[in-house]
Amino acid sequence: MSAASRKSLQAVREAVQKGDRAPLWAAIFENIVRGFTIAVVLMLVFILGTIVWEGVPQISWDFLTKAPTDGMREGGIFPAIFGTIFVVLFMILLALPLGIFGAVYMVEYVRNGPMARVIRAAVNNLAGVPSIVFGLFGLGFFILFIGRNLDYYAFGTPRDNAEAQLIEEQLEPLRAQYREEAIAQAKIDELKGKERGDFIRGYVAERMPAQNRKVFGQGAMFWAAATLAILVLPVIIVSTEEALRAVPASMREAAYGLGASKWQVISTVVLPQARSGIMTGAILAVARGAGELAPILFVGVTFFMPSLPLTEPVNFGPLVIQVVNPFQEFMHLNYHIYTMATQHPDPVGTRSIQFGTTLVLIVITFMMNIGAIVLRRRYARS
Amino acid sequence: MVLRLMDKQSAKIEPMGEELAPFLEVDSLSVWYGEKQAVQDVSLSAPKNTVTALIGPSGCGKSTLIKTINRINELVPGVRIEGDVRIGGESILGEKVDLRSLRQRIGMVFQRPNPFPKSIFENVAYGLKIHGVKDKQTLDDVVEWALKHAALWDEVHDRLKSSALDLSGGQQQRLCIARALAVQPDILLMDEPCSALDPIATSRIEELIGHLKEEYTILIVTHNMQQASRVSDYTALMWLGELVEYNRTDELFMNPKEKTTEDYITGRNG
Ligand SMILES: Nc1ncnc2c1ncn2[C@@H]1O[C@H](COP(=O)(O)OP(=O)(O)O)[C@@H](O)[C@H]1O
Ligand SMILES: [Mg+2]
Repeated sequence: MSAASRKSLQAVREAVQKGDRAPLWAAIFENIVRGFTIAVVLMLVFILGTIVWEGVPQISWDFLTKAPTDGMREGGIFPAIFGTIFVVLFMILLALPLGIFGAVYMVEYVRNGPMARVIRAAVNNLAGVPSIVFGLFGLGFFILFIGRNLDYYAFGTPRDNAEAQLIEEQLEPLRAQYREEAIAQAKIDELKGKERGDFIRGYVAERMPAQNRKVFGQGAMFWAAATLAILVLPVIIVSTEEALRAVPASMREAAYGLGASKWQVISTVVLPQARSGIMTGAILAVARGAGELAPILFVGVTFFMPSLPLTEPVNFGPLVIQVVNPFQEFMHLNYHIYTMATQHPDPVGTRSIQFGTTLVLIVITFMMNIGAIVLRRRYARS
Repeated sequence: MVLRLMDKQSAKIEPMGEELAPFLEVDSLSVWYGEKQAVQDVSLSAPKNTVTALIGPSGCGKSTLIKTINRINELVPGVRIEGDVRIGGESILGEKVDLRSLRQRIGMVFQRPNPFPKSIFENVAYGLKIHGVKDKQTLDDVVEWALKHAALWDEVHDRLKSSALDLSGGQQQRLCIARALAVQPDILLMDEPCSALDPIATSRIEELIGHLKEEYTILIVTHNMQQASRVSDYTALMWLGELVEYNRTDELFMNPKEKTTEDYITGRNG
């Protein structure tokens, strides 16, 4: 290289270094952006800080393991933690198989055909529906439609007024017969006035077949889980689709090349390799489902329950077995916070309970998100 | 047996198996991807226990041709096939052909080593398992046999449980060969099996191919002409989807009949 060109290169270098300094407007812009960023971070810090500051003193072993007492002024929030965990557990048990099947169907069977486009459009629209609408849908579809029909076919419970009237008419002769029986009882002569009426009513009620048995046609943890499952279905389908598509074509070719059937390729090669991607989606879905209140508002969540939603105890020798009964109402952290803050007669006195509950909720969802991030990292590496 | 016979008299054998019966026959095969024709009216046949090399520039339809033989390119939506492929005289392109047993008879090794992210053992045993072999002893025996045949046993016999992904590229490719051999095929299709490997790994695979043809009929795609001349008995040159020339390998390289062939093998083209 000649000396002359070296000199000119030096000039270029100096010019470039000088040009390094940013113009004024760029500095202003940068500071505005920085200001907004700091504002956002500060807001987050303020919110989390307040919750932690106010919530931590409330946390105790009793708070985490006891039921509320004294009109929700004392005691703990265990039934709400219990309900929150189990409702999302049932939710994921319902949503995961459905979401995986949907994604497998789209990616492996219909690919980019018209069917895949229809499903994809449906999934995208589902993701955009306000969550309160899911709540209304859950009430209308699961409880009033499916639940009532189940009760009707299982126990003959009337589904509407007309049916109730019809059943009433059919039962009337039976009722009359029992009333006469009651009157014919020797004992009746000794009773007077109200006592007499009570006896007859009691006698008849004891013997009449159940007419209004409701097991399915009312708010229940299962319906809440089903409603949440629909809400999180897009999360699972989209992440499963992504995970399935990320399985290299060479893996499918290898398996097909050895004579594997389509189903064998999916079950022994594609799904195992997509596993951590699917798990990530599942955890995100759980975190999302645990944070929602609107979808479960009308389908089974309740302010207070005297006991946990469990089945009747069954004795297996020395063992007493009691499992969760998903067809009962349940308490939930989100609803607990909401009612304590807005419905409780003493919202100020129970402030620390509200903060404690919020802290517990945040810690639970935060842990789930951390889990998803860890899984995703591991997934990205392999 | 056939092989030894052939080696001795290879100089005298007439091209294209007039003495050896054709085992794998491709008959006027054309393949389209949608509107685009990738293979045009190709016919060739290979006798048992021979190595046939397919050479030609990228995109000339080599992979398409061999993927039609095990019908794996039917996985591509919109693919259309005309003509026929026969193995031992029987057409394999019919609707009624059982793809599972067809692909069991035709092993395939791909351009990039593609072991499953499972253990070495599980990779080799995979094909057997999907074909319903459950007996532990059988699996053990066949895995050992296949790894020995693929010249990999000595390197991995003490770590069959470790991940196949920890092997080197060359070892992975031999593992893929073992995986293909384990299901007892008659034919091996190899699509540029050495293009992702270093020269030493390549020479090991080439050596292996020399041994494997004693038992298998091999069709190998390569863009490396030295490789074709080293490993194959027959060579086919493809050009823009058409078969330009098909002959005994030494003939084709020493005495090309077509101008295109001459230009291609002397590097004036492609
Ligand atoms: N899956 C596919 N879909 C559409 N076109 C393809 C596909 N695979 C290959 N082709 C086209 O077919 C032609 C032949 O490809 P290929 O058989 O892969 O050639 P080669 O193996 O000789 O490089 C190329 O033009 C390629 O673009
Ligand atoms: Mg190719």
